[in-house]
Amino acid sequence: MITEPNLQSPDDFYEALLAAHQGLTLAQSHDLNARLVLLLANQVGRLDVLRDLLAAARANLEGTPA
Amino acid sequence: MDVQAKTFDYHDTPDRSAATPAHHPLVVVGAGPVGLTLAIDLAQRGQRVLLLDNDHKLSTGSRAICFAKRTLEIWDRLGVGQRMVDKGVSWSVGRVFFGDAEVYRFDLAPEAGHERPAFINLQQYYAEAFLVERAQQLPNLEIRWNNQVSALQQDGAQVTLTVDTPDGPYRITAGHVAACDGSRSPLRAMLGLESKGRVFHDRFLIADLKLDQALFADDATERWFWFDPPFHRGQSVLLHRQPDNVWRMDFQLGWDADPDAEKRPEAITPRVQQVLRMGFGRDVPFTLEWASVYTFACLRMDRFRHGRVIFAGDSAHGVSPFGARGANSGVQDADNLAWKLVAVHEGRAPESLLDSYADEREHAADENILNSTRATDFITPKSELSLLFRNAVLGLARDFPFARRVVNSGRLSVPATLDGSPLNTADVDLFSGPLRPGAPVADAPLARGDQPAWLLRQLDGGFTLLVFGTAPGWMAGLPLQVLVIGPEGLRDVQGLAAQRYDARPGTAYLLRPDGHVAARWRAPTDIGVRSALARALGSPSS
Repeated sequence: MITEPNLQSPDDFYEALLAAHQGLTLAQSHDLNARLVLLLANQVGRLDVLRDLLAAARANLEGTPA
Repeated sequence: MDVQAKTFDYHDTPDRSAATPAHHPLVVVGAGPVGLTLAIDLAQRGQRVLLLDNDHKLSTGSRAICFAKRTLEIWDRLGVGQRMVDKGVSWSVGRVFFGDAEVYRFDLAPEAGHERPAFINLQQYYAEAFLVERAQQLPNLEIRWNNQVSALQQDGAQVTLTVDTPDGPYRITAGHVAACDGSRSPLRAMLGLESKGRVFHDRFLIADLKLDQALFADDATERWFWFDPPFHRGQSVLLHRQPDNVWRMDFQLGWDADPDAEKRPEAITPRVQQVLRMGFGRDVPFTLEWASVYTFACLRMDRFRHGRVIFAGDSAHGVSPFGARGANSGVQDADNLAWKLVAVHEGRAPESLLDSYADEREHAADENILNSTRATDFITPKSELSLLFRNAVLGLARDFPFARRVVNSGRLSVPATLDGSPLNTADVDLFSGPLRPGAPVADAPLARGDQPAWLLRQLDGGFTLLVFGTAPGWMAGLPLQVLVIGPEGLRDVQGLAAQRYDARPGTAYLLRPDGHVAARWRAPTDIGVRSALARALGSPSS
């Protein structure tokens, strides 16, 4: 799992991420995110890395207000 | 004649009037696919076997309809595989629909170089009928129909069974009892035991439809699976074929469905008509052969062996129907248990060998339950979030091949590799490929002289040392079958045996009577093979 900066252009990515959700309802955004997770998972490929990513996301969520 | 209508005659037994209970070394309870397989296997191995069944009929309705390659190979060894394959239907084209659109189609063309296909579809009553016919050819196998076990006690030396018959009860004693008496196993209850696990809150309707015309062009056989179709919103529907142009439709109904209302023909007929109209664009006349509304659970007993009583098949473990793991895993239980019981009864192995049956098949049951639970979670998502991801996968599958591999409408049942079994001898040499100790053997096309010969057909049902190249002289002294693939033995006509076994000249595999790999070597030695053989027979000292 890479946690050090690896994104080519963070600001451009963030803008593109929001743009992809532009005009969608919250439900549609959830749908889009689910598809995006699956596409990214295939891009990563390795199960051990994916497990680390899932665990990191979950751990980061703990302590965040619900 | 109509196979399903077949009944078997009850006969009174002299055991009923015996002064002291008659002794039967091996008693199998339950004449379903698992009990019949086990009883035939034991009898073929020379044992006297008593098979008790609480009724005198074949299975009611089609029930298990998908018999996998491994099951067919086991039945080949018992002399009934060919009949099953001749009667069964094969399919290779599957289609997956989501909403009103086809998402993708796949062609499950089997890997070449195996005698048996990946699976066949065949009604359970045919499978049972063929097994009963085989059983009846074996003089040392006695089947007693309408003989219901009503009580069971055991001590260290034997089991005492009380058996109820139309003429009244009688008692017998047994060396070992195999409980193949189904998911509601009365024997399990008599021992105060349970099968525990996860119960799924969903109901399914099975309807078997006899059509009098072809459903597909050229009378093709395809399997169709609909997720959330317009004719059955929010649920799944499965269509696949059995012999005699009988088609099974499987409707997910949801937990709130009323099972009694749903299994009435008036409720089923419009559902079926809608599938045929919307799926095939026409009315297809049909008659309803059988219907059932069922729920399911993934569960198992903690231990499959309780002293002299051993559980096999649905009595020991239960899975969802997705992936055809019920009857297929039960037949593998029987395959695993038969040779061990015989080795114990013949004094060639310690009683503790039977614990390895439990270890190995509990492990296999866990694997089946895992696969079955995963398919169930995909087919019937139980939360908003799992539905979201399920539908995202199906949405992506239309456009992207990677997502098709994630779609899970039931994974094909394949036999478990018995990793961690105490009967395995760990590798000392380097091998690649899947045939590690514990793995089920792979078939391959060979030739004996000019005659084609399948590898699995050459195994004699005992332990086999499969040798590539030439067999050294000392192998002739081993108490097992030596099978040579090489210049002086069978010819590996396509090189597939060497490929599948990652074999070089000198490589040898020790195969168990149930066709699992016990050990393998690049350069086997007499003492190495003998030690692995002793270990595979449960010898504590090896």
